[in-house]
Amino acid sequence: MITFIIRRLIATVFLLIVVSAITFAIFFLIPRLAGQNTYQLATEYVGRNPTHAAVLQVEAQLGLDHPLWVQYWNFLKGIVVGRHYNSGISTTYCPPPCFGYSFKSQQPVWPQMVSDLPVTLSLAIGAAVIWLVGGVAIGVISALKRGTLFDRFSMGIALAGVSLPIFFTGLISLELFSYKWPIFPNVQYVSFLTNPFLWARNLVLPWLCLAFLYAALYARLTRAGMLETMNEDYIRTARAKGLPERTVIFKHGLRAALTPIVTIFGMDLGLLLGGAIITEYTFSLHGLGLFTILAIDNQDLPEILGVTMLAAFFIVFANLVVDVLYAVVDPRVRH
Amino acid sequence: MADALLEVSDLHIHFPTDDGLVRAVDGVSFTLERGRTLGIVGESGSGKSVSSLGIMGLHQGTRAQITGHIKLDGEELVGASAARVRELRGSKMAMIFQDPLSSLHPYYTVGAQIAEAYLVHNKVSKQVARKHAIDMLGRVGIPQPATRADDYPHQFSGGMRQRAMIAMALSCDPELLIADEPTTALDVTVQAQILDLIWDMQREYQSAVIIITHDLGVVAELSDDILVMYAGRMAEYGSAEDIFDAPGHPYTWGLLNSMPRLDQARLDRLIPIKGTPPSLINVPSGCPFHPRCQYAAETNGRSETEIPALRPVGPGHLVACHLTSDQRRAARGGAARLEDA
Amino acid sequence: MSGDALLEVTGLTKHFPVTRGIIIRQKIGAVQAVDDVSFTLAAGQTLGVVGESGCGKTTTGRLLTRLLEPTGGQIMFDGRDISHLSAGQMRPLRRDIQMIFQDPYSSLNPRHTVGSIVGAPLRLQKVSTPHGIKAAVQDLLQLVGLNPEHYNRYPHEFSGGQRQRIGIARTLALRPKLIVADEPVSALDVSIQAQIINLLEDLQGELGLTYVVIAHDLSVVRHIADLVAVMYLGKLVELTSRDELYARPRHPYTVALMSAVPVPAPVRGEEGRQRRKRIRLAGDVPSPLNPPPACRFHTRCWKAQEICRTTEPPLAELDPGHQVACHFPENGAPEDSAPDGGAATGTSQAAGELS
Repeated sequence: MITFIIRRLIATVFLLIVVSAITFAIFFLIPRLAGQNTYQLATEYVGRNPTHAAVLQVEAQLGLDHPLWVQYWNFLKGIVVGRHYNSGISTTYCPPPCFGYSFKSQQPVWPQMVSDLPVTLSLAIGAAVIWLVGGVAIGVISALKRGTLFDRFSMGIALAGVSLPIFFTGLISLELFSYKWPIFPNVQYVSFLTNPFLWARNLVLPWLCLAFLYAALYARLTRAGMLETMNEDYIRTARAKGLPERTVIFKHGLRAALTPIVTIFGMDLGLLLGGAIITEYTFSLHGLGLFTILAIDNQDLPEILGVTMLAAFFIVFANLVVDVLYAVVDPRVRH
Repeated sequence: MADALLEVSDLHIHFPTDDGLVRAVDGVSFTLERGRTLGIVGESGSGKSVSSLGIMGLHQGTRAQITGHIKLDGEELVGASAARVRELRGSKMAMIFQDPLSSLHPYYTVGAQIAEAYLVHNKVSKQVARKHAIDMLGRVGIPQPATRADDYPHQFSGGMRQRAMIAMALSCDPELLIADEPTTALDVTVQAQILDLIWDMQREYQSAVIIITHDLGVVAELSDDILVMYAGRMAEYGSAEDIFDAPGHPYTWGLLNSMPRLDQARLDRLIPIKGTPPSLINVPSGCPFHPRCQYAAETNGRSETEIPALRPVGPGHLVACHLTSDQRRAARGGAARLEDA
Repeated sequence: MSGDALLEVTGLTKHFPVTRGIIIRQKIGAVQAVDDVSFTLAAGQTLGVVGESGCGKTTTGRLLTRLLEPTGGQIMFDGRDISHLSAGQMRPLRRDIQMIFQDPYSSLNPRHTVGSIVGAPLRLQKVSTPHGIKAAVQDLLQLVGLNPEHYNRYPHEFSGGQRQRIGIARTLALRPKLIVADEPVSALDVSIQAQIINLLEDLQGELGLTYVVIAHDLSVVRHIADLVAVMYLGKLVELTSRDELYARPRHPYTVALMSAVPVPAPVRGEEGRQRRKRIRLAGDVPSPLNPPPACRFHTRCWKAQEICRTTEPPLAELDPGHQVACHFPENGAPEDSAPDGGAATGTSQAAGELS
């Protein structure tokens, strides 16, 4: 088991390095291959007034004339110890972890991401809990009551959940529950530390809309998994031992059916932590998703680079957790 | 004469399906005393597994329609409350299945699964249950049981897994043990060990055993009495000597003649039973075996229209066949000659 | 023995490497699936290969049909060395060597009609048929006892025994010389097994086929084989004619194997059990990853001596046409040599190796 974890950890670190290299290459190598010179490249990093002097300054600060691997090394080093953007005239300091410096907004990227992170975390984790519990519960009941009205009804709703885009459900719910009937007025993010009650109340609508989408998927997955598991021979053995039906369903059946669900959950959550872009945009929640959209709008490359790295990190890490969890849940994987 | 531990009378188990009514078990009756072994022989679709699942009450929650009587130690199980039957399952009657790898839960240790079986029916602490589980593993011949109890099923070999299943089934000292094809998935030498184990455990616990199999060799090893089933019905019932020395049903003759045997040089062609086992939705009218029976013509059409009743051809030896004893003797004489070839 | 040698196998070996390592996977050992197997099979004869799980019989079958490439040794088919031929070189030979598989339910593609399944070899090998492929296929269906009008049906519409017949028809499409049948009847009901065994025997007579039948069922092999090879943990432990093997098995494993098979004759109570002197082998078959040194059977053999642990017994011809790999082979008939009560029984004293 330990060797398994060590092997996965090493693979994860390796993967993160590869991801950073590829991302870096996209931003700094490909434009060069496309024919841009360093001056043109620097133009894209400069702020609102691309004066000739400013571009030269940025060009020097980013060290674009250095060989590519030096640039990459500086970039990596910056993540650990911080980076000095030296233009010869002035020096801007970007404290560690330095994922880049946005010349357009004149500030390091990382602190902006950090301030937006709690919003995304609240949104993602809250919705995840709802969809996991809700989806699995509905899936289990549907499987046990296969063919009944409940089953057909819930699978029908699940189809709707999977098909309706989130901006649709989001806007509809805002229209109904925020404007028309002020049950959840003024949906704005309030920090948990400021006011837990408001924090929760304002997140209910985005949570439910996001969870509706995923719960549908998880209900279907759980239902399929349960139907398959309950047909297994070991369920028959469990009943033959005289176990109460509830134990058979949960301890023997659901436990086995959940394994693939756990895997998918990890991946979904990992992806979501990188920013639930559409949801945040619809509900105007300033999380990483909104940050990403704004960065793209503004063509702010350092911000885009930073958020890409962060999202990739979440996904790779989620992958690792899921792999380890899988080995914990299924002993056959360990040996 | 011991009281019958298990009395099955006129058991019918039918399943309504979209394609029709599946008559999986159609009129099965037998008794079984403590300390004795009944072998139920049949091929796929004979109803042998379905009837034992019925005895265990494992058709609960399915669409099965069960009529007839199943009396375990005098207590009627058909129509009994699900809770009562569940109480008896595992404690008074236990079952082991064909494939021990798929029949044990892959996520729990073997020791935990055995302890679970014990805990369901006995109010003891987890430590006591675990100790009992280790004890049972030792009794069925698993070396280093204390360490092995913490292993998972996939870490055991096939024979050891089946022993573990037997340990689990016997953990509550059941009076009836049903073994459904317990050795089919195992190697020959391991099969011999498991059969010996079942024999020894029966003597130790004085339980009644039903062994279900398609292998006539296995059935001969263990059984005192044998029930031959075909298409959900009883074809022949008698002691092991009756069935092997003086079989009365053409299906039994067919089975005995068509098997290649280790103890006899069957150098000529085997004599198979023509045709295939019937569908349980469209069971042939009259005698279900008549389409495949080479003696059907001798019954003057009765085998096509009339279901043969179980009639005694000797003390305790019943056969469901329309052939008269003279016809049977003549046919048997011919069959006997074939066997000696 | 009629006919020339169709198949000559010498020293056939197959090892599957096992790797371990955190980043770089190193080979730490090998599963010695088949080790130094040699035999000669004449045309028109049937070789039965018996053994339990892990003995290497299935791997041997795959080596003979070149679904696997041997790590050592030589396979001579019809005078030609096929041991290391490439896929392209093997292709024309695949007309001559065919395989029947064990599971009639999974060895037929459920999405293809029976006609297309049986006709596929003809199409793939671009065989010219006098009246077209469909007619050739219908002939084959009839040959194996199926209704030619079922040409357009799908496998799920047939029973297990019929599906196995379809598999056999497919095998015969190219009129092979050698057919390797891997457990051809073990997935079938008892009453159907006899039909298929008879069919295989009839076809052998009609078409002059040579069979290698791999089976764990000693009774089936007794019926159908001319020559029998007994394998244990990758090694060939006994090789002789069918009659000789069943009359005078000499290797202790063969003796134990035969005595373990339950016989369909009633045991008649307690004394009956005692009289049926059974040799019970302790424990399970050891893992082929780590087979016992020297004689691989010594851990379960009741006759094992020091030499069995240190020196591997060679496969020697002890009697004419009877090869045995044992330092202390059994001499006479099984009843004389089986010890009473034998080695550890199946219950508490079992001291076998666990795989």
